[in-house]
Amino acid sequence: MFNDLPGQIYKTLFVDNRWMLFVDGLLTTLMIAGIAIVLGVVIGSLVAIAKVNALRNKKLKWLSVICEIYTTVIRGTPVVVQLLIMYYVIFAAAPPELAPYVAAFAFGINSGAYVSEIVRAGIMSIDKGQMEAGRSLGLSNSMTMKSIILPQAIKNILPALGNEFIILFKETSIVGYVAVTDLTRAAELIRSRTFQPFVPLIFIALIYLGIVMLISWGLKKLEKKLAQSDAR
Amino acid sequence: MENLIQTKQLYKQFGDVMVLNGISETIAKGEKVVVVGPSGSGKSTFLRCLNLLEMPTSGEIWFEGNLLTGASEHQVDKLRTKMGMVFQQFNLFPHMTVRKNITLAPTKLGLMTDQEADAKAEELLTRISLLDKIDAYPSQLSGGQKQRVAIVRALAMSPDVMLFDEPTSALDPEMVGEVLDFMHTLADEGMTMVVVTHEMGFAKEVATRCMFMDEGRILEQSPPADFFGNPRNARLQDFLSKVLY
Repeated sequence: MFNDLPGQIYKTLFVDNRWMLFVDGLLTTLMIAGIAIVLGVVIGSLVAIAKVNALRNKKLKWLSVICEIYTTVIRGTPVVVQLLIMYYVIFAAAPPELAPYVAAFAFGINSGAYVSEIVRAGIMSIDKGQMEAGRSLGLSNSMTMKSIILPQAIKNILPALGNEFIILFKETSIVGYVAVTDLTRAAELIRSRTFQPFVPLIFIALIYLGIVMLISWGLKKLEKKLAQSDAR
Repeated sequence: MENLIQTKQLYKQFGDVMVLNGISETIAKGEKVVVVGPSGSGKSTFLRCLNLLEMPTSGEIWFEGNLLTGASEHQVDKLRTKMGMVFQQFNLFPHMTVRKNITLAPTKLGLMTDQEADAKAEELLTRISLLDKIDAYPSQLSGGQKQRVAIVRALAMSPDVMLFDEPTSALDPEMVGEVLDFMHTLADEGMTMVVVTHEMGFAKEVATRCMFMDEGRILEQSPPADFFGNPRNARLQDFLSKVLY
């Protein structure tokens, strides 16, 4: 396995300019994860706000039923299956070059279900006096939510949210199932040509690790910044 | 005198418990009404109904000629800007500086520009000698400072009435005075106030009318001299004998 490591590295990265395949794959992975994270946060926040409001307002019961079905179905089925359904059933007519976007969409929908529960927990963790104080000043429910409740909730859930981002980022490594060449798929393609698994797989493992460390570092920074208002 | 707040046959039920038992009451402009009573008597619920933080089960609440119960949510939001509220737990926004706490509502609601709101915040903070804390966060303030900022936050909206829900009950004893002093000043300036409190000294000095509530009813009300000097209701006599020592 370790015979002629420099030769293996040369073959994996430089013959036929193979490093370009890794770069393209990495960019695809980052694009899919980026879109999915944003989409997941947007969907998750909306679902969480809908659920919290439905608790207080009986007229919104139907909304909470829809949200409940969404989280139950998404959390109850494997993400690979969701990805395949999205690609081969729902967007069966989409041209192949759109496959990365279909994948990003599938991951966003998937992540939204998990994010919604995280955000909901965050909203519930804020003392109800905060909502009352906002409302007593004449702010509307949505203004109070946006300016007072959510900023505090996000601060509380940042570690859990960071966890979700990291999981989502790594989960995108299955997009090869729908013929998208991401980082993992790139390594697989090269492995199947060189018949040397060690270098490409360890190489991408290190890239994933490096990016996750980068995300963690960024989140820690953000956490520190948000902790500005805490007692010192 | 001009009626500011009027309630008609106000009932509030929590589960099986009737917390408010048909309260019909009028509060006039300039009055300082102090509501006292044993815990669980419904006095806080009554106060919280006045700006609809608590929705009554039945009955009517009128504020400045507008029927609050039955108004649209938007109208209620609008009327609330004229009713300041101060909470037992202060409820300052912990993620915002003192300045932002005060300026948030006036600017968000388009009542003041950023500059106007800033000037108002500085003016109000100067009044309570906390101008140096304008860029501090609530966690850096003492309890008494927090509550005075909370009062100022409500005042920034230029309300027509201030509702106080046990404003000194969560304070360390040495900080009660600074908050009561400030409330006293407000009363002297003519602010209409409804105060739920256990501070009998404050009631005696500041109130124009004292109310005794028990089991969701107002059992007795009179000017403080009569209220404390010559209570007629047996339960009020009992209550006063326990709290005045």
